[in-house]
Amino acid sequence: MITVNNRDQLDWTENMTVRDILKLMGHTYSLITVTVNDQLVEDEDYDSFIVPDHAFVSVFHLAHGG
Amino acid sequence: MSEMFLRNVPGTDDILKNITVGIAGCGGIGSNVATSLTRSGIGSLVIADMDMVEITNLNRQHYFQDDIGKIKVDALSTHLSNINPEVKIIKHFGKITAHNYLELFHDVDILVEAFDLAGEKKWLIEGWMKNKPNIPIIAGSGLSGIGSTARIKIQKSGILTICGDQESDMSQGLIASRVILVANMIAHEVISEILKDKLK
Repeated sequence: MITVNNRDQLDWTENMTVRDILKLMGHTYSLITVTVNDQLVEDEDYDSFIVPDHAFVSVFHLAHGG
Repeated sequence: MSEMFLRNVPGTDDILKNITVGIAGCGGIGSNVATSLTRSGIGSLVIADMDMVEITNLNRQHYFQDDIGKIKVDALSTHLSNINPEVKIIKHFGKITAHNYLELFHDVDILVEAFDLAGEKKWLIEGWMKNKPNIPIIAGSGLSGIGSTARIKIQKSGILTICGDQESDMSQGLIASRVILVANMIAHEVISEILKDKLK
């Protein structure tokens, strides 16, 4: 089981990537920052970064305006 | 202790006056964060922005009619010194880029991301997390429109904290009450981050 944004829980599967999690969560917006267990995962690693079981994943949406 | 801070939370002055906060961008978020941090007793600020004050800024940013046409970091520096003449301010007038941000903010204890555009927020946040993994960064995302205050949240992971609704976009317009609310949430997260260990 993994936890996303301290709220949603997903069943963990072997070789699950950050990209798989984003698809399962329905994230299509590209301007996001993702961490797994408090460590940054860069865009180019979304397809290759394997998320371990019991991980805490955070997806931050970045919106214009400041 | 400076008389100015007699009403501050006891025990915080000597800690806050030895802290340096970097502020990347001096618009709606940055100018208001800088103001609150100065009033709170932060000792040093590094402020950076490439813009001049325009009349359209005055609906939400900490500038005044007679600032129009001035360089933002100059105008803001004057206002901050008028609040606390002892605050140390390092100004950078110019664009903050992926090539210069580490040098501009090399000595800060915390960085505040206060850019307008989401793409710029992304490179600064992620670049900072990669290159400064022990220095907190506090950012804003989603402070536009007139949505409910209840939608505004604080989300944290590691050194990153983001304040805002993470949805609303500046195409919805920007109103002072919501922008300054998020700016002050960011300022308070800065204060909380500094004091969380030192007041134990």
